[in-house]
Amino acid sequence: MHDGKSPDEVTISVGPQHPALKEPESFSLTLAGEKIMASSVRLGYNHRGIEKAAEDKTYVQALYLIERICGICSHAHATCFIQAVEEIAALDVPKRALYIRTLVAELERIHSHLLWLGVAGHEIGFDTLLMYTWRDREIVMDVLASLTGNRVNYGINTLGGVRRDVSQEQKEEILKAVDVLEERTRYYIEVASQEVTLIERLSGVGVMSHEDALRLGAVGPTARASSVDRDVRRDDPYAAYGELTFKVVTSDKNDVYGRTLVRVGELMESYGMIRQLVKNMPDGPVTVKAPRKIPAGEAFSRYEAPRGENVHYVKANGTEKPERVKVRAPTLANVQAVSHMLKDRYLADLPIVIAAIDPCFSCTDRMIGVSDMEGGPKRVMTWQELRSYSIEWHRARGIDFSALNGRFGVREKR
Amino acid sequence: MTDTSEEKTVQDQLQGRFPYLAQHIRVARQRRIFADVPAANLAEVFDCAVRQMGFSMLCTITGLDLAESLGVIYHLARTSGVVLSLSTSVDRQAPVIESVTQYFPAADAYEREMVDLLGFEVRGLAPGQRYPLPDSWPKGQFPLRKDWQPSMLEKDEGKNA
Repeated sequence: MHDGKSPDEVTISVGPQHPALKEPESFSLTLAGEKIMASSVRLGYNHRGIEKAAEDKTYVQALYLIERICGICSHAHATCFIQAVEEIAALDVPKRALYIRTLVAELERIHSHLLWLGVAGHEIGFDTLLMYTWRDREIVMDVLASLTGNRVNYGINTLGGVRRDVSQEQKEEILKAVDVLEERTRYYIEVASQEVTLIERLSGVGVMSHEDALRLGAVGPTARASSVDRDVRRDDPYAAYGELTFKVVTSDKNDVYGRTLVRVGELMESYGMIRQLVKNMPDGPVTVKAPRKIPAGEAFSRYEAPRGENVHYVKANGTEKPERVKVRAPTLANVQAVSHMLKDRYLADLPIVIAAIDPCFSCTDRMIGVSDMEGGPKRVMTWQELRSYSIEWHRARGIDFSALNGRFGVREKR
Repeated sequence: MTDTSEEKTVQDQLQGRFPYLAQHIRVARQRRIFADVPAANLAEVFDCAVRQMGFSMLCTITGLDLAESLGVIYHLARTSGVVLSLSTSVDRQAPVIESVTQYFPAADAYEREMVDLLGFEVRGLAPGQRYPLPDSWPKGQFPLRKDWQPSMLEKDEGKNA
């Protein structure tokens, strides 16, 4: 016996260059045959010292730094931070600015969820879904670029409001885009609720019970797909959310299929919110003059990012630079849940289970070292090979998307 | 008119239960309560908040360098949206805190961060992978302390070379 494992158990390292999650991370998996017996996770490979660096920047400089914590939900971090600073400074941010912030926030959620849906399709071998959702995602990316000047890292926020106003033409452009996206999302909902191959592939995979989701502190769609009815936008409203009508989408399926339903459901809610924001956007200025020095104080800010609750704590000391900035991104809260979901599951489900908590997936090469526990030679698999293995493994068991990849979309109207 | 808000109720309950907290609880705004708790009493206040007062979510744990001491803030939330931030401070020379992983398994990552970045000792934290600094990070260097400078790292690397 070695490390308490039976001789036929092997340990596999997945990562650290593993872009299924925002930060590179390393999973160590103990396998018996194809079953995952245990897993542990090592994080921190992408720790850039942003909290420390922020202490050496003015509040406005720190805002730009903090926007770069994440490429997918940059607005989530920038807004979470700046609303804490504005609270300490007791700034009365104009309502129109809050509406524009919220508008960008929901557009960001749409791009993030569509991106995720494509990634999920890709990981299970349903590449037509990837092509369709990413094509549709371009519509929202164009809107974001038109509103803010950028496709990512929008830079719309500033201390005391937003940097750009929204014109009447842009409002019309947004409403037109939302109509198209809503129609497309209806189609995806139809696919998700009727396509047997998709339902079979995602059901019962990455299971996390309601009790476990609560116990492990899971957040966002990952938690809501286990019937955890929590959403900061409703429970602790910020920006303009207190003035919007929307539903918090949940599912009792407790698996990757449930997480898919929650995300497509949230897309529909976002379209509704955007229409309300455009229709009810009050007139007036978009910024209020802010002091360079922020009085001593502290604030705790929460934000429902596409992947779940994002929190920032800011402490000010009366100077133009923050005393302390603390960030907790939603992925950190969901990492424990991933380890739990992988236990007793098959290696072939690893790509989709990991991908199911997070929409960010870069296309760089990823290496998987397979080592045998007796210290034999190390075998290396690329992420691509693991993905192919996963698709073949399920194909051999009757779940095959290849025919579907050809015919999916025949009913498409556009 | 008497204040019957949820925040005021929480403040009254805490003060009633723990008289030493009088004058140390601040309702910053709607849904935000900050309480300064003596380190020796933190465990009982924390337990009461989590087990009896419905603060069932741990948003995160913040560590602070307060010059003379090191600070810790536990940000606890209720499903109603009210956040109770319990803060305390410990001796800089022996910054020992108790783990809260028996209440919240997800606190594991937050507590490891306190160990790596500020040099806390967390009693009751199970052995495991460090987070977030690399395994080769020099001992005794805690980058979120105010007296830490990147040049200290370079000096240390030079020594090891």
